Parts: sequence; structure tokens; C-alpha cells
Amino acid sequence: MSMSTSTSTSTSTAAGAARRTTSSGRDPGGGRVGGGLFDPAALLRSLPEACRKLDPRVMVKSPVMFVVEIGSVLTTAYAVASPGDWFGWAVAAWLWLTTLFANLAEAVAEGRGKAQADTLRRARTGTVARRLTGGAEERVPGTALHAGDLVVCEAGDTVPGDGDVVEGVASVDESAVTGESAPVIRESGGDRSAVTGGTKVLSDRVVVRITAEPGDTFIDRMIRLVEGAARQKTPNEIALNTLLASLAVVFLIAVVTLQPFASFAGDPQTVIVLVALLVCLIPTTIGALLSAIGIAGMDRLVQRNVLATSGRAVEAAGDVSTLLLDKTGTITLGNRQAHEFVAVDGADESRLAEAAQLSSLADETPEGRSVVVLATERYGLPERDRSDVRGAEWIAFTAGTRMSGVDLAADGAVRRIRKGAAGSVAAWVRGNGGTVPDAARALTDRIAEAGGTPLLVAEADARGARVLGVIHLKDVIKSGMRERFAELRRMGIRTVMITGDNPLTARAIADESGVDDFLAEATPEDKLALIRREQSGGRLVAMTGDGTNDAPALAQADVGVAMNTGTSAAKEAGNMVDLDSDPTKLIEIIEIGKQLLITRGALTTFSIANDVAKYFAILPAMFAAAYPGLDRLNVMRLDSPQSAIMSAVVFNALIIVALVPLSLKGVRYRPRSADRMLRRNLLVYGLGGLVTPFAGIKIIDLALSTVPGVR
Amino acid sequence: MGPVPSAALQLLAMAAVLGLVHRPLGDYMAGVYRSHKHLRVERWAYRCVGADPDRGMRRGAYLRAVLAFSLAGVILLYVLQRLQGVLPGSSGLASVGPAQAFNTAASFVSNTNWQSYAGERTMGAVVQAGGLAVQNFVSAAVGMAVAVALVRGFAASRDDGELGNFWADLVRGTVRILLPMAFAGAILLVATGVIQNFAGVHEVGQFTGGPQQWNGGAVASQEAIKELGTNGGGYFNANSAHPFENPNGLSNLLEIFLILVIPFSLTRTFGTMVGSVRQGYAILAAMAAIWIGFCALMMWTEFHHGGPALQAAGGALEGKETRFGVGGSSLFATSTTLTSTGAVDSFHSSFTGFGGGLTLLGMMLGEVAPGGVGSGLYGMLVLAVIAVFVAGLMVGRTPEYLGRKIGSREIRFAALYILVTPALVLVLTALSTALASPPHSVLNSAATAVSHSHAHAFSEILYAYTSAANNNGSAFAGLNADTDWYNTTLGIAMLLGRFLPMVFVLALAGSLAEQRPVPETAGTLRTHKPLFASLLVGTTVLVSGLTYFPALALGPLAEGLAS
Repeated sequence: MSMSTSTSTSTSTAAGAARRTTSSGRDPGGGRVGGGLFDPAALLRSLPEACRKLDPRVMVKSPVMFVVEIGSVLTTAYAVASPGDWFGWAVAAWLWLTTLFANLAEAVAEGRGKAQADTLRRARTGTVARRLTGGAEERVPGTALHAGDLVVCEAGDTVPGDGDVVEGVASVDESAVTGESAPVIRESGGDRSAVTGGTKVLSDRVVVRITAEPGDTFIDRMIRLVEGAARQKTPNEIALNTLLASLAVVFLIAVVTLQPFASFAGDPQTVIVLVALLVCLIPTTIGALLSAIGIAGMDRLVQRNVLATSGRAVEAAGDVSTLLLDKTGTITLGNRQAHEFVAVDGADESRLAEAAQLSSLADETPEGRSVVVLATERYGLPERDRSDVRGAEWIAFTAGTRMSGVDLAADGAVRRIRKGAAGSVAAWVRGNGGTVPDAARALTDRIAEAGGTPLLVAEADARGARVLGVIHLKDVIKSGMRERFAELRRMGIRTVMITGDNPLTARAIADESGVDDFLAEATPEDKLALIRREQSGGRLVAMTGDGTNDAPALAQADVGVAMNTGTSAAKEAGNMVDLDSDPTKLIEIIEIGKQLLITRGALTTFSIANDVAKYFAILPAMFAAAYPGLDRLNVMRLDSPQSAIMSAVVFNALIIVALVPLSLKGVRYRPRSADRMLRRNLLVYGLGGLVTPFAGIKIIDLALSTVPGVR
Repeated sequence: MGPVPSAALQLLAMAAVLGLVHRPLGDYMAGVYRSHKHLRVERWAYRCVGADPDRGMRRGAYLRAVLAFSLAGVILLYVLQRLQGVLPGSSGLASVGPAQAFNTAASFVSNTNWQSYAGERTMGAVVQAGGLAVQNFVSAAVGMAVAVALVRGFAASRDDGELGNFWADLVRGTVRILLPMAFAGAILLVATGVIQNFAGVHEVGQFTGGPQQWNGGAVASQEAIKELGTNGGGYFNANSAHPFENPNGLSNLLEIFLILVIPFSLTRTFGTMVGSVRQGYAILAAMAAIWIGFCALMMWTEFHHGGPALQAAGGALEGKETRFGVGGSSLFATSTTLTSTGAVDSFHSSFTGFGGGLTLLGMMLGEVAPGGVGSGLYGMLVLAVIAVFVAGLMVGRTPEYLGRKIGSREIRFAALYILVTPALVLVLTALSTALASPPHSVLNSAATAVSHSHAHAFSEILYAYTSAANNNGSAFAGLNADTDWYNTTLGIAMLLGRFLPMVFVLALAGSLAEQRPVPETAGTLRTHKPLFASLLVGTTVLVSGLTYFPALALGPLAEGLAS
């Protein structure tokens, strides 16, 4: 046991580094989902677009801000009617600014996507396809291709459209789509046959069958997504909009009916003041930022190289309660690694280590290399390669023999060392006149039961053949996975490991990695059945997949993330594509989904809580003339009625700008239980929303009172 | 014992007794609504309306049954009053005029019991017993039925959208809950000295300047269901301030208990029916916190009001009965306005500016703490849906309450529910202040031009519509509401304020019942924790507080802050 602990420490450095590179979006400090950068200059650049959005036909989509725009028009009309009144002009100006700030937030959010779209568009334009028609080749523009066409791509050609390689193998530069400059291999058949339009063939020649109609290629869809043109309101956004609209209606009624009440009290109010009150009361802060939050959420995914086909999927990610993870590549590093050497029958451990090292020098598989590494790192053997050993005849590992080894000739005697699959080596020992001791068999059985793979090491010389010991190969769990799973558990997400291994091995790995459950010897049908079972219990399921046989499960899952290296069938079936093909990213996607919802909820709470202070600013200002006692509600001791109302209006406008960075970055998110998250967010955004405007309005009032003529 | 400790003790004793009783009563009610057996008298009732009590109803059918039953009640009550003059046994009282008959019919069917008439001088025995008393029972049972339908929406294990059977809920609520409890309540009231007889009018000699009459009657039996069903319509015009209805401090406390017992206990029924009593406790905690807070505030403002006359009297005693004192009156006033009862043992108009404001605000909260029988529970659950929605987003999931997703459909119904009453109250109050004649109904004339009484006059009108639209029925005495304008508009406010919310509640219930429940995980917002209960209190106060703040500022706040 102590051995296994020290092993995992020794591998953690490498694995840790791997994780940092694969999840580039996470800052090394831990849990937080990093936000995109916010550049204040972006506000200025987006100004023209923000002005274009003042079109009422656009504004009407956000009921709250539409009310503000109507209010702006109304106050402007009244200001024009009595041009000598600075107050009317000032309120009108700030209401227009409020409207503009809301549009600015949306325009900035969209602007970030547009830059990405432009890069993509460049990749798409002007490709010429070499279409095969009846064996002959003709040159046609890429946009003239239809699904089913066959095209030839050779080194230097740009792939004219999405499709599958049906002939040949080539290395392809996909940096235009993924941003990753290392070329990838694409070949006919199997799970690496899909090519994307706009990518570049670097070597060899392939024939591609086009699968997408023009205008509907992967890049086209990406452009539409990042530009926000395909953006539809998500279910939660619709629900929130309903709530906001009804709040707007409530306050509209409260303000419209206030005028007869005021007249009854003998103190009718001007339309400008009433509009100012209305705009302050309706939830403009969240109303202004709502669509920016949604766009920014999609954008955060794009920054992590994930494309979602709909905002709905991003939201669903936040609701996921069951996560299906493939073992290989997600929970464990890709390959098994040598974990320890166990000597049998009193054989010398260092002799075993040396034998293991020598016999593995000719084994170029990752497992073989890991044996060499273990021998040096843990057993202190000198590093050496084949050229350091004299008089050696190397026997390379092959899938047929399932063994590797070396024959060393020294002083006329030949010492032959072999290591490999238990059965093969045992046969070799017996063939050389030796016996396999029961202890060795017991050892291999025990390792197999623990989920590991036993390899036998044996040698044969003049004295005969004997087993030296066993190499324990095991799956290496990526570092930090146990913590990640614990985190997920705290977030209420159950993790299920999917593996082709037998149940025994699967259980061992599941126990070690801390995953909640596992599905062993999984076939695609098993996966699909598991997803359906979870869903029938009301749970939302997320999974990743890349093969064509994953497609049904990807389609069935609520969040199906296809790897970009996967087949087009898989990419079609899922509702997200990970361009980095990193299965652990699913966890980040879930966090982004949650962060999106939290940001909406937090700003809604903040917005509503703000109203209390605004009432205390505006109502005494309106009615202290009729009922002097009401001046006792003027707890902020604001300077004059007009500056009080102005301060509330100005605060209401400025808070939108102040919160644009937050809405684009998303509120701080750390995986923790719902209770703790609610307590924190209520404190920050509920209580903060109650207190902040008191301070903000007072400060603005102090500033205003220094302006001559405001009193 | 001084009046202040006595008041505090009354409040604590009431809370303790309610705490003890709510569990067994709540569980009993859950048993009643989940029962599969029918009593003989119930079977007879089902045959009368031709209903199959075992047939599950979806939201549409349930709503149609509620509306049909209530419409029939309005028509019957209207016709009874209009024909009173020709009906036998009406003690020679004339038929009621159309506007007042409509108002009264709307009032009793909507569980409001707003009375624009003086009971003993307008309604004869036939109307009282055959119309008003019947509605006292069944209008309360309708409220409970709708609440139970909503609870079934949360509790449904199948996603077939069935909400139970309205006729079964109505009949069982009446026969197994309200009738036996009213019977027991009446006996207890008689024991405290409330009259119960069939004696007529007695001439009892000369008092300052004229003959005085004492009316006998079956007061205790009506008193019991008046409080128990959160109805509030008194036998006498003076309501529970009348010594025959409410003779002493003990009867006062008993009546307050009867007002509160079913609404508070329904939280237990809710918890039991959704399979988690802790969920019921959270709702109970939120209701209790508001009720206790309001009671304490009310006592504070009534005991410590400034003004030399009030200080000399040891509290604001104008309009309060000395046998109840400031404490008993405050407790009664708070409890009657935080429920949809509207019975009064003191005159809310005479309370201090802030005190009057509290009675108003209590109703403006939507009467949810603990609210009317049934209506309090469904009102609070709708607010819980709103609170869950905002809080649920803040924990990063699509909001869920009791395993049901709160999506746009649910939010739409909840938002419409929240919209109805403020819209009715504010628009009708605005019309009444803006039009020429309605303000003249204000008796302590608005024309005196002292701004102080302007604010009070405004409070009277605001109070009338708040009371009607929230189905409370209490009045800020001082407004003559027996005019065509008020009879008609208040009647409309009562009907829309009762049945539009029911439409949305049943729509919400149906939409919840059609969902497949989502299992709870560590990522789910826990709605049985103190944090959520406080959030619910905050939502309740904030939603209505923000809506009504301007109106309150021009009424009770202006009045209260003036001194």
C-alpha cells in the first residue's frame, strides 16, 4: 500500500502538467471558471452598433428596456415643450443614456463573437474544389458542392467542405477551426475520417465525400453561432423575461395610478418625475444586461474551444445530474503504466528490475517505456538505451508474440531475458525446461483482480529457465480526479465511468478514482440504455463521445459533447463539439452553464433590491411638499428634490455600465453545495443590492449639489 | 399585570397553542383529502350534483367545477336577497336593492364578507341562514379545495396532471372539517359567554335620549364559522366588537385562535401530502415570522404612539373596547388582516397612522401569513415559486421546487397571480380618487382641507379596495360604501380578486402535476432550511412592499409621520 502511494506521487507531476495544458481555460489557482477579458475600449468600439439597436423594432424584444425607451421619448417631448427647464432635459438625457448603455452591453458581448467569426470566414472564402465526376476531375467553386459529391484533396489544398475521407490518409492542419497548430491524421474508415471545410491538407492525397450542403457547413454554423445570429432565447431566459415583464407591468400600474393619488393629496406630479420614478423602479439593471449575459455565456464556451449548437444546451449543462465519462483519456491517462516490480521465490528485486529494464528496451509501446522509466526512477538503475548494451540481440515486442526481450552473450554463455503477457512468458519458461511457481501464478491472479495487468519477467541461461517476478501494470488515474469527483458530488452531480474493461478491473479503477459508479464491458447499447434509465428518473445526462457508434447515445444525452477528432456522425448527433477533443472539458462546460444561470439570478436579485433605496430617494422628493412628515423618509438627506430624483436616475444608468464587466465575465463560481452558494450570493447580491444604491445615490447627490443651479 | 406584558403574553400563548394544535389538525386534514371512503351524507351530496367523487380532474375540469359552483352561489344569493320582501320568514324586511344585493352576493361567495349593510337591519333569517351562512361554509371549503389541488400538483407522482376531484374536496372540507370544528367552536364560544338563542328583539328601556333594543339570535354558531372559515361577516353591524359576539378577553382570544387555526395547520397538511413535513415547517416558519412580526409592530405602535391624549390614556384606545385593551385589539386586528377574515373587534380607522398602515399592509401582502383558509396556503406557495425561481438561478440550476421545474409556464402563472390584486386595488382606488363623486363617501370629509385628513381619507378608499380585492372584508370605518359606485366596483374587485387568482393557481397546479419529478441532489436548492424561509419572508414583503409603497406613503405613512 505504501508503495502505491509513493507511485502516484511520482507520476503526479507529469499528469498535473498534462491537465494544465489540456484545460487551458482554468486558472491554476483552482475552481474558478475564468472569464473572458473585458476591454473598456470595446465599449467605445461598440457605440455605433448600440445606437443602431435603438430601433424600437429591436428594443421591443426586451420589454423592460422598451419601457425605458418610451420613457425617454416622453420626457424628451416634455423637455422640448418647456425648454427652459434644465431638469427635464437632464432626466431625458440620462434616460437615453440608460437605453444606450443597455444596448452597449449587448453590442460589446456580440462584438467579441464577431471577431472570431471574421477569422472563420477568412478560412472559408475562395476555396476551389476538385470534384470527381465519373473518374474525371473538374474544378468547381467550393460553394457549388452538394452532399454526396466526391472531391480530391492533395497536399496544399484547402478542404472545400465538410465530409468524410473515403480513400487514403492525410495529415491535416485544422488550426483554422481549432486554433491548434499541430496537424492531425485523417484516414478513411474508422473514427478519424471526418474533415472540416476550411482546413488544410498538409501531406498525401485523400478523396472526401461531402456531407454538408453549401451554407450549412460546420464553419457556417460556427459563424452563425459566435455572431449570435442563431441565438434563440433559452428556457430560463424566457422565464426570467416573463418575471421581469410582469414586474414592469406592476410598477407601471403603481406609477400610473400614483398620479390620481397625488392629485387627491393636492400635489400632482409632472410627467417627467413620474417617468423617472418608473424607470428607476422597473428592473432595468437585469433587463439591460440579460441578453449580454446569455451571449457572453456562449462566448465563454467558444473561448474554451467548445461550440454549442444552442444556448439551450449550455443551460442544460448547468442542470446535469449524471455525468458519463469514458475511462480512457478522461479518468485515466491513455495507457497503462508499470506500477511496481514484485519478485517471486526469493529472487533478488534489483535483479528483477534489471531484467525488466533490459527486456523492455526493445519494447516501444507506452507500457514498455513505462517499465524502463520505473526501473530508473524507483529502483535506481542507470539510464541506458540499446546502444549501451554490448553483445545484445534484441527481440522486439509484437502483438503476435506478446513478448519482448534480449539475448545477452557474455563469456560464451547466453543469458536470455523475456517479459510479456503472463501466458506467453509462462509458455516460454516451460519451453525452456523451467517451471512456473505457484507463487507467480497467485501473484498474477491477485494483480488481475485488483484491476491491474500482470507481466511476467523470466530469464533462461545454462542453468535453465526461471521466473524472476512480475511487473504490475496499472491504469494511472489522472491527478486531481478524486478531488474533481468530490467537487462534482458536492455540486450534486453523479459520475459514471464507462469502460470496456471487465467488471473487476472497472471496480478497482472506479474505487481508486473516486467515481460514483461504473458501467463495465460497455457496449453502445448499454450506454444508451443507461442514459434512458437515468433520464426516466428525471435526471439530465451529459456525456462525451467520438465514434460513430456513440452517435445514438450522444443524441439521447441532454448534453452530448462530440470530440472534434470524431466522426461527422458523432458531431451531428451531439449538441456541442469540443475542438480540443478533451473529454474532461465536460466538467468545465457544466460550470459555465451554472455560472450563466447564477449570473442571471444574482443580477435579478441585485436589480430588485435596488428599488428600496430608489423609493427612499424619490418618494420624499415627490411628496415632502404635500406632506412634510414624509421628509423623514429622506434617510439619505439628499440635497433637494430635483437632485434626489436626478441622483436616482443617474445611479440607475451608471450601475448598468458598472456591471457590464461582471455580466460578461460571469459571477464568481466555485463548486460548492447549493446552500452555501445561495447564502453567499444572497449576501453579496441581495444585501449588496440593498445597500449599494444608498451609498451610490448619496455620492451622486453630493457631486450634483456642487453643480451650480441644481438647487 | 400591566397592559404591555399582558399583550406579550397573549401573543406568546396564542403562538404556543397554535403550535400544539397545528400538527394533529394538519395531519387530520391531510387524511380527509387523501381518504378513499365516502360518508353516507357525502354520497347523498354527490348524487345531488350528479358528480362522481372518484374521478380525477385535470386543471380545466377542476376550474370549471369551481367556477360553476361559485357562479351558482352568486346567482342564488342575489335572487334570495332580491326576493326577500316576498319570502316568508323575513321579519318584514324589504328586498335588497340590486347594487347592494350584487355586492353582498359577490362578497359572501368570494369569502370576503364585506358588508355594505348593517346585518341586523337588512337581512332576514332566510337570507342569513339559507344564503349567507351556507356560503360561510362552502366558500371556505372552495378555498381549501383549490389549495389542496395545488398541493396535489406538487405531490403528484404520476405525470397525468390530475388534481383530485373538486366535488369530493368541497364536500369533505365542509362535512369533515368545517362543520365539526364550527360545532365545537360554537360550544366553546357559548361557554365564554357568546349568546345563542332564538329570542327576538328586546326593548330594554331608556338610555340617553331614546329607547334601546337588544337583539337575540343564534350568534355563537355564526361566530364560530365566521372566524373558522376566515369569513368575517358579523351577526351584528359592530361585528366582534359587539359584546354579544365577543363578550370578554377570553372569547376574544378564542376567536383569534379560530381565525388562525386552519390556515396555520394547512402548512402541516401540505408537508404531509408532499411527503416532507419539513417543507411544511418552512412555509409555517415564514408565515409565523410575518404574523408575529406584525403583531409585535402593531402593539408597539399602538402602545407607544406619540400625542398627549394617547399618552395620557396609556395607548391608542380610541375605537378599541376596554375589555380587550390595546393588546387584545392589536392581536385581533393583525390576525384578521393577515388572514382573509375581516372580522373586527376594534375600529381600524381609529388605529394610529402606522397601526392602520399595518392592517393595510397585512392585506397587501396578499393575506398569506397565514392567510385565508386555503387561499393563504396557495398564496404563500405561489410566492415560494417566485422565491425559488430567483434563488434557484442563484445556485446555478433551472429552479426546482419540490422536484418540479419552475419554467416559463410556471412563472407566467405565478406572475399573473401576483399581478391581479395590486392591479385591482390600485386601478380602482385611482378611479375612485380621480372621479368626482366617490370621494364624497368619505365621512370625515376630505373637504376640511387639512392635509392630515386628506391622507386619512385616502387610506379609507385604499383600504376598501385592498380589503375587497384581497377578500378580507374588514373596513376602515369612515367610508360610506353603500353607494352604487362602491357596491358595484367593490363587488367586481371581490369576484376578480377571488377567482382570477384561482384560475392561475389551478393552471399552475396542472402544469406542475404534468411534470415528471426531478430527484433531489446536493445541487438542489433546499427549500426546507431557515435560509429559504427567510428568503420567502423577504420575497413576500418586498414584492408587495415595492408595489404599494407609493400608495402607503400617501396614506398611512403621511399620517403616521406627520405627528
